[in-house]
Formats: sequence, C-alpha cells, structure tokens
Amino acid sequence: MKKITLTGLEQAPRRSTVFRRLWDVLLSAFSVFAIVLSVGGMGWILYTVLRHGAESINWEFLTSSSKPYGEPGAGIANALLGSLLMTLSATLIAVPPALAGGIYLAEFGRENRLGNVLRFCANVMMGVPSIIVGLFVYVLLVVTTGHFSGFAGAVALAIIMFPVVMRTTEDVLTMVPVTLRESALALGMTRTRTTLGIVFRAARSGLVTGVLLALARVSGETAPLLFTAMFADTWPGGFFSRPTANMPVLISEYTMNSPFESMHAMGWGAALIICLLILFINIITRTIFHEKQH
Amino acid sequence: MQQQDRIFKWVCLGCALLIGVLVPGIFLQLGLDSAEAWQKFGIGFLWSAEWDPAQEVYGAWASVAGTLYTTALALLLAVPLSFVAALFVVESPGWLARPLSYCVDLLAAIPSVIYGMWGLFVLVPLMQEYVQPFLGETLGLMSLPGGEWLLGEHYNGFGFLTAGIILALMILPYMSAIMRDVFRMTPPMLRESAYGLGCTRWETTRDVVLRYGIRGLLGGIFIGLGRALGETMAVLFVIGNLIESPEGLFSGGTTIAATLACNFAESDGLQRSSLFALGLVLMLLCFGIQVAAQYYLHLTGARRGEAR
Repeated sequence: MKKITLTGLEQAPRRSTVFRRLWDVLLSAFSVFAIVLSVGGMGWILYTVLRHGAESINWEFLTSSSKPYGEPGAGIANALLGSLLMTLSATLIAVPPALAGGIYLAEFGRENRLGNVLRFCANVMMGVPSIIVGLFVYVLLVVTTGHFSGFAGAVALAIIMFPVVMRTTEDVLTMVPVTLRESALALGMTRTRTTLGIVFRAARSGLVTGVLLALARVSGETAPLLFTAMFADTWPGGFFSRPTANMPVLISEYTMNSPFESMHAMGWGAALIICLLILFINIITRTIFHEKQH
Repeated sequence: MQQQDRIFKWVCLGCALLIGVLVPGIFLQLGLDSAEAWQKFGIGFLWSAEWDPAQEVYGAWASVAGTLYTTALALLLAVPLSFVAALFVVESPGWLARPLSYCVDLLAAIPSVIYGMWGLFVLVPLMQEYVQPFLGETLGLMSLPGGEWLLGEHYNGFGFLTAGIILALMILPYMSAIMRDVFRMTPPMLRESAYGLGCTRWETTRDVVLRYGIRGLLGGIFIGLGRALGETMAVLFVIGNLIESPEGLFSGGTTIAATLACNFAESDGLQRSSLFALGLVLMLLCFGIQVAAQYYLHLTGARRGEAR
C-alpha cells in the first residue's frame, strides 16, 4: 500500500493549467454531445411516430374495429377499448393491496426482519422481466382455464404494477413527518384512523403520482400480454374467456409480423395514440406534483 | 379500538405478504415447468449451443450468450453517456436543467415496443446503408485480423450492434435520471469548496461528487443492467431472431427474452419445457443482480457507518 505522507503530497505531480483546462473543456463538450444525443434521440423517435402516425389517424381509424388484412374500414377502436379495460382492471386489482402493503412496510415493518424480507422481495419483483410475468400468468390462468383472456392480461399487468405502487407508497409515507403521526395518536385516534385519515391525506399527491406513473408504465407493456391476452380482431366481448385486442400487441403484430404497408401505417397510428396517452398521464402527474411543491 | 387496529395491521400484513408469495411462486412455477428439460439435458443445457426442434435437442447457450452480449454492448454505450448527461443537467442553469430533466423523464416513459418499431423502420435501414458499410469497409475493420470475429461475416442491418444501440437509448434516460438525483445530493458546500481550491469542473466531479455519490451511481447502473437483461420488445424487432451463438457485432442472434417471445406460443412438450428453463435462467440472472446490488449497498452503507 502506498504511504501517504506530507512529503508525498508535496511531490504530487504538477499538471499544467492548460492541460487541466483543455481536459475540462473536452469533457464539457462530451457532456453536451451526450445530452444532444439523448434529447435528439427522443425527438427523432417522437417525430417519426408523429409523422407516420398522423397520416393514418382519422375518425374511421378511431371508431372501427380492427380487421384482417385487405378488408376496408379497419381501425383500432377494439384494441383501444381492450387496452383501457385491461389497464383499468389491472389498476383495480393491484392498487388496493399495494397501498395496504406499502402501509405495512412504512408503518409496521420499518425495522423488523419480516419488513426487510418483504422489501427485498418487492425490489426483486420490480426487476423481474415482464416476459417472465407473462409466462407465470400463462401457467396460472391460461393453462388452468383453458383459454387466453383479457382478464389474464389484466392480472399480468397487475403483477407488474403491484411492487411499483407498494414501494412508492412506502417511500411517500416514510416522508410524512413522525410528529404528525404522534399528534394524531396523542389526540386519541386509533392507529388505523391516523394512517388512513392523517398520514394518507398528507401524502395524497405523492400516492396519486405513484399510481399514475405505474399506470403509464404498464399501459405500454407488450411482452406480458403476448401469452395472456393475445390479440383478436373482435370487440372485447368475452373479457374473461376470449383473447382480447390491445394496443401494444396490435402494434407489434402490425409492424413486425406483417409485410403490408397499410398495416405498418396503422401500427404507427396506434403508436401515436399510445404515446399521446402516456404523455397525457405524465403531464397530469407533473401538474399534481408541482401543485404539491408550492 | 384495539380490535380495529389489530385487524388493520393483519390486513396490511396480508397484502404485503402477497409479494413474498409472488417471488418464490415464480421460481417454483418456472422450476416445475422446466423440470423435464433439466432432467433430459442436465446442467449441460446451460452451455449447449444447439437448438433443434426437429431433433428435439435444446440448449441455452445461444440465447444466454446473446443476452449477455447485447446487455454488455448497451452498458458500454450507455454508462459513459448517461454519466456525462447527468453531469450536464446538474451543472447547467435552472432554465435549461428543468426542461432537460423533463425530457429525460419522458424518454423513460416511452413504451419499449415503440423503441423496437423505430429501430425496425429507421435504425435498421440506417445501419445497413451507412453505419455497417462504414465500420466494415471504410474503416477497414473487416479486413483487419480478427475483424470477422469482431463484426461477423455479413450484415443486413439487424444484429447485436443495432440491438445494443436501441437498448442503450432505452436505458440511458433511466440511468441518467438516477445519476442526476445522486449528483444533486452532494452538499453544495463541498462542491464549492473544491471550486474554491481551484479545481476544474471535472476535478470537482471526480474527486468530490463522484466519491460522494458512488453508491447511487452504481445503483443506477444496476437498474439499467436489469432492464437491459430482460427487455423483450425493443430487442425482438431488431436482433434478427436466429437461434445461433453470437458471431460478431453485425451478426443476427437472439436473447432469452426474444427466444421466449418468438417460440413460446407454438411450442409444446420438451421445447416448451426448455423455454421455461430459459425463463428460469433469465429470472436467476435478474435475481442475482438484485442480490448483488442490495448486498453492495448494504456493504458500503455499513462501511460508512450509516444505519440501514
């Protein structure tokens, strides 16, 4: 090991100021390049989606059901409806238990062993690839019931949402000052009322943000739906018993697995709609969060 | 009242336990469904590169190597870029930093299927027309000794390099956002002291900000790593989907997630079981990374005397 002494410090190599300045300028240039690259990449992707997508969006596109190749009057309304149904049911399935689980981690399990184990499990679940969740739900619901269904897709999305909402809930609740809890308890409120009435209210905007961000993330997930909801050219009638059309799988079917220009165009249109929806959710989230900070 | 509290606590505990059931549940399911493949091929399944449905012979190596290859490429491209990008956002004035970090956050919200689509229709033709001929012929990498090993024999726009670039673009905003938050946490006093001593911006970053935020930095890299490993759609569109071991940057191949997405729906019997085995390998990889990350954070936390 090198011994650090005062003499050692005195003998530190002298670098010329010019060299140091030059190095600094070079790195600044590199960081500008990196920013231009990442923002430019985003601009490029969004521009491509907008340019190709805008051409195919019209009233018919938005209101009629998808059809096999060659039939006139095809649209994406069934996929849009299917995606909406699936994401909403996923939210309904995932959010209540995730909030309760977050409460456990933040209020009862902050220091104990079980809390740490569960926190670790939540972290692991957040890192599980979404396609693995697809496989899991395939075996859990598709094999046992014997058919693909929109419901299976919703469960897969719910499993992806669950740890995300749970961890954000914990983080948000932990940020609420302890004094607030103690005041409520001192006034004679029960733990339950303290948590649900006081702590939750203080953390409301953070909780909503967490749920919305999880929703935005899940609404573009494709991989877990491939083996669960699959795709169909029909309106989502049998949500529990039949393959259900949805946007992400429509996009991948129409672009990757189709040689036809007209289907590519519809894929771009669907991509634009999805982007707009996600952008919309993000902007709402930002506004909510912004209000809180003021 | 006590009764109510007790019920509340148990309900919350029950919900939290769901997550504790889910993780072992996934392992158990993948393990049970892949038992047939493990029995047939043994542990050698991991490094056998053959995948032949006609002969009923399956091996994981092509997919595993492809996964590791694309992930390594993506990290190689994305880590330095996200690091300096985060640096720029932190150092730039407020009017510029806010819209920039907003952009980076939005970039993180674009679904991966759209990255894949963009890759297929924009990046693949671009790679085929310009980038690959340029690297291979103009720079003469192809004719160098070992060039074939580096690049592969021929090119058509698809392949590992394209997949690596798309993945890098995808994980860049994630990692950059985390690094940015970490850099922001450095106390301004420390940074200003460094400037006061005459350090340049880079020296301040290297000796002060980086030392202070090394945990968050590595945390960000781990998150990017996890995402790159398991990403399906963005890779599926541009990798070429050939179940072959990687030959070079331009050659087509597959990853675990892409193999699953491509073959699972039509498979049955031994092939399906082998696909589940692949899934188990991917799950173990991600689990390993998560454990390593947590352990590292724990370790550095303990060394710094922080209460975790």
